[in-house]
Amino acid sequence: MKDWINIALPKGRLGEKAYGMLKNSGYPCPAIEDPGRKLIFENPEKMVRYFWVKPSDVAIYVERGAADLGIVGKDILLEYEPEVYELLDLKMGKCRMAVAGKKDFREPVGQTLKVATKFPNITRNFYAGKCRDIDIIHLNGSIELAPILGLSHVIVDIVETGTTLRENNLAVHEEIVPISARLIANVASYQFKDAQINAIRESLRKQVEEND
Amino acid sequence: MTTDQIWRNEEQAVFALRGLYQRYGYAPYKMSQFEEYDLYVRNKDFLISDKIITFSGEGGKLMALKPDVTLSIVKNAPEEPGVVQKVYYSENVYRDYREIMQAGLECVGDLTDYDIAEAVLLAVKSLDTLGGRYVLDISHMGLLAAVLERCGFDEVKQKQAMACLRQKNTHDLRQLCGENEEGWQTLQAISACRGGAEALEALSPYLTGEAEQTAVAELKALLEMLKERGYEECVRMDFSVSNDLGYYSGVVFRGYLEGIPASILSGGQYDKLPRKMGRKSRAIGFAVYADLLQERNREDGAFDVDTLVLHDGTVPLAEVNRAAKAASKNGSVLVATTAPKGRSWKNLIELKGVAAQ
Repeated sequence: MKDWINIALPKGRLGEKAYGMLKNSGYPCPAIEDPGRKLIFENPEKMVRYFWVKPSDVAIYVERGAADLGIVGKDILLEYEPEVYELLDLKMGKCRMAVAGKKDFREPVGQTLKVATKFPNITRNFYAGKCRDIDIIHLNGSIELAPILGLSHVIVDIVETGTTLRENNLAVHEEIVPISARLIANVASYQFKDAQINAIRESLRKQVEEND
Repeated sequence: MTTDQIWRNEEQAVFALRGLYQRYGYAPYKMSQFEEYDLYVRNKDFLISDKIITFSGEGGKLMALKPDVTLSIVKNAPEEPGVVQKVYYSENVYRDYREIMQAGLECVGDLTDYDIAEAVLLAVKSLDTLGGRYVLDISHMGLLAAVLERCGFDEVKQKQAMACLRQKNTHDLRQLCGENEEGWQTLQAISACRGGAEALEALSPYLTGEAEQTAVAELKALLEMLKERGYEECVRMDFSVSNDLGYYSGVVFRGYLEGIPASILSGGQYDKLPRKMGRKSRAIGFAVYADLLQERNREDGAFDVDTLVLHDGTVPLAEVNRAAKAASKNGSVLVATTAPKGRSWKNLIELKGVAAQ
């Protein structure tokens, strides 16, 4: 018996690319390609249902079972540590989580390190591993401003090309972890829809290998 | 209105589970609402959550609203050879500042292989009792610990490997293994193992260590017993199930019901807990998170009451009573002077009194 598969896609370029791969896997949904204000897109023939959500919310939709599958950045998985299966590294949306600061930055010795970030959990875990005393300054955007204005010594943030850092006289001082998009599944959905989910994973895996 | 309609899903489930455990000779266990905080803090890693509600008790002792039942049972378990204590409970526990209805059982003492297999059987039967499609995933902590040891992983890497297995994350597992090709082959096979006896058979050649083979034999016997009881189809070997290596030593399992987005049953063999408490006993148990059954409560379109009798306050009592009595033959009746907001009814009877005439 075939069940409906609900897939949460992150809004934006990454989600569109992921949908392209899912379409190639035999799960197209023509409705999603028409611009409009609809929130949910279904293909009854393939029994697949897609919805766009804020990238940082994908993991919540999957963990809580509103979606069986989702495409999400590894940064979100490391930050929120949701209880989900992480089935595949899609090797797209590649970037890195890094410690950055002024180019001439020297770490203050014998002093608490002030770190501005959107990712407090990743930051806490990283510095806990080094037994370093830190003061986390939780910001929601424009993180690069913090060391320039003296709000923090360094920042922990996602670095893609490093252009923003360079243009503001900042530099990466340490890499924490490489980031890319992952295919995740709800643990309970996997129990009952494992054949369908594994078929999707296999098809995506082949595409990833071809593109690699 | 039938008893089924009065009892919520979770209440019916707990009632049915108590009956099941009693049929297997398990005795009811009732613990007090509070325990000394010290008991929980000493075994913090055994608990699902470390957010414990505490308060000052008599003589300034720090007390806790119970976040768990197992610790209290094990603390008082017997230690004589040949003696096994089998108890079940249905208690509210307090975790993450929430009250959670939980039922379960614990089997502690001088356990035999049968006692362990019977506890797993009761886990399957619990899921069966709750109704609908279900799956019990089975894993083995002794087997996983032995494999990670053989891979030569230190404590940090062991934790990372366990996290990868838990998430079915083979891409990060591959990186973690690095040049360790034998370790990678074994861990990949473990992560891919999913199914019944045939899946375990296929995995067996990768498990070369003595402790690993002992665990395989144990699992084979367990699967054989569950097959003999008719539960072969609903049980799967799946090593993404894992619990704390510091406490769990043998078989561990997790149960899922279709329509509920998280595992509703969790348990395993935790011989290392009594050992940490300085006791010789072995132990196995599981908990059913009955609260999650709320997800299946009340179908869309169901009514709160069968009949609403509306009167304007001037209708004589005898007349309202006649209408209410007649309506009660068709189910539940709510008598009111204004239609209650936020509630629904199947039938409406309106009585007009003096004011309206």
